[in-house]
Amino acid sequence: MYSKDGENYFIVDAHIALWDARPENQRNIHGKQFIDCFYDYHRNLSPESELWTYEEYLYQGGERLMKDLFTDGYVDHAIFQPAYLGEFYHRGFGQTEEAYGLAAANPDKLTYNHCFDPRQGEAGLDQLRADHERMGFKGVKLYTAEWHGDSRGYKLSDPWTYRYFEECRKLGVRNIHVHKGPTIRPLDRDAFDVSDVDHAASDFTDLNFVVEHVGLPRLEDFCWIATQEPNVHGGLAVAMPFMHSRPRYFAQIIGELIYWIGEDRIQFSSDYALWTPKWLVERFVDFQIPEDMTEYGQLTVQQKKKILGLNAAKMYDIPVPEELRLPDAEETATGPRQPERADLASAR
Amino acid sequence: MTAVHVDTGARGRAPVGERTVTDDDVRRSLHAVLDPELDEPITELGFVRSIRVGADATTVEVHLRLPTSFCSPNFAYLMASDSKDAISAIPGVRRVVVELDDHHDSELINAGLAADAGYRGTFRHEAEDSLDELRRTFRRKAHTAAMERCLTGLLRADRELPEEDLGTVRLRDLPAGREKEALLRRRTALGLPGDGDACVLVDDEGRTYAPGAVPLALRRARSTRISIDGNAHFCRGLLRTRYEGSGADQAFRAEGSEPADQHGLLPLTVKEHQP
Repeated sequence: MYSKDGENYFIVDAHIALWDARPENQRNIHGKQFIDCFYDYHRNLSPESELWTYEEYLYQGGERLMKDLFTDGYVDHAIFQPAYLGEFYHRGFGQTEEAYGLAAANPDKLTYNHCFDPRQGEAGLDQLRADHERMGFKGVKLYTAEWHGDSRGYKLSDPWTYRYFEECRKLGVRNIHVHKGPTIRPLDRDAFDVSDVDHAASDFTDLNFVVEHVGLPRLEDFCWIATQEPNVHGGLAVAMPFMHSRPRYFAQIIGELIYWIGEDRIQFSSDYALWTPKWLVERFVDFQIPEDMTEYGQLTVQQKKKILGLNAAKMYDIPVPEELRLPDAEETATGPRQPERADLASAR
Repeated sequence: MTAVHVDTGARGRAPVGERTVTDDDVRRSLHAVLDPELDEPITELGFVRSIRVGADATTVEVHLRLPTSFCSPNFAYLMASDSKDAISAIPGVRRVVVELDDHHDSELINAGLAADAGYRGTFRHEAEDSLDELRRTFRRKAHTAAMERCLTGLLRADRELPEEDLGTVRLRDLPAGREKEALLRRRTALGLPGDGDACVLVDDEGRTYAPGAVPLALRRARSTRISIDGNAHFCRGLLRTRYEGSGADQAFRAEGSEPADQHGLLPLTVKEHQP
């Protein structure tokens, strides 16, 4: 929990990882390129005081994770979202067994989400069933730019992905976190396109689709599909640290999200270990839309509380102390949430 | 310029009667190559890592660099192959080598460029038809963003202007300047009319909006503009982080800039070669 100015915030970090990118686990040059790309994100967007060394960045381990999140980071509950990346790392990038073990040992603090790759076909479906029986997860993280043999990406609208969603439905796996990386095939189209999420969300209305990094770099496409599909949510992985380096850009991202999808469908995350939650939580509670951006309303304490934890807690049935709960906003299920703020002209 | 080899041309000898190619010729030609996603010249983004004109003054080797190893390979390929085409069109150039450095698909793309294999020949089963539609998608987005900048400019200048009225604003109503010029350029790229009578707020096909649909159309255009500006600055920042000193090769971008961008960047005029 984080407390400031007499307000208490229940914190759910909805996207964290326990990764191992050390050289001995790198399968090829792409393993190094991948973690170097993450490290450049970290170096580019972090305040100087929060910078880690490259060595620290390669691997953290469970003990460090627990300290960064729960001892130092105000987090009440965090959710693992593993990316497998078997083509880049010998034992995978996200350490699924280690993360599952840590979550099993700390069930009040950690939720383990699993991952699957629809290109594994029938065998993968069997594996999903077996993994679910053993681990009992409620959500999965899908990285659509995952490489797999000759294929360098897939879509949520692919027939095999639908087979997996049908299985998720049967198993009670309701929360599908989607990380849109550059999906390579077919190269003819925009690799970051989120329209496949639109198809899947329309066809599986009983599943929740949480689009991580709110569709960035295609915020506009994400907002447009999310405003039409009541079961599409926005995860703030990667978007949060812009608060520090590009605060006006961040203000516009959050302003657009509140306009298009509303305050009940946005989830905070540090994207640990890309960044740590401590400074992100502190800064977000202090954050405000610049006054000259009259096209957006000022962020309210209630909105911040929902984004920082209550929204994800609700999706995952994480118990929240009675006094910290809030009712849903009276907003439409689809369409813009603040039509009276359709433009700055009406805000004068 | 920090990363560009400047000593050329003069030392080389072109065959008698042929034009001598210089670094400046190459740089000027690359200025016409756009990052299709950000709609900016690669020379202003700092993506040109080096230019080398051979001693014979007819052979050119250019290296390109991108903000991450995992930048989308279709855009990477377009910039590299457009660069090769642009340099090949310079009178006097006989041989061109363009290489993309440090990308996950460097090997594939560089081999394809060396063999002039084309898009499908380079990416084989991962390519279906062409990248034309991809280019069009981002030309449309660039137009949408330029349109929103102009109209939001009007709103900020006149707080009494009702938003519904923006649907009937004509090109001639826009104040002259950088934003209007940018809009006209993007209209031309889409084949939309550029005369004073034409409405500003139109969809990708040039259709206007009914008054009731204007606020949402503008709002949607705004999210596109925010996205493009945000990406343009994030890509610049990542390149500077990845390649020390590369900031000196970047032009300042006013759209979407933050107070912090005013410091630490050299004035853009430093890197421009004036004819």
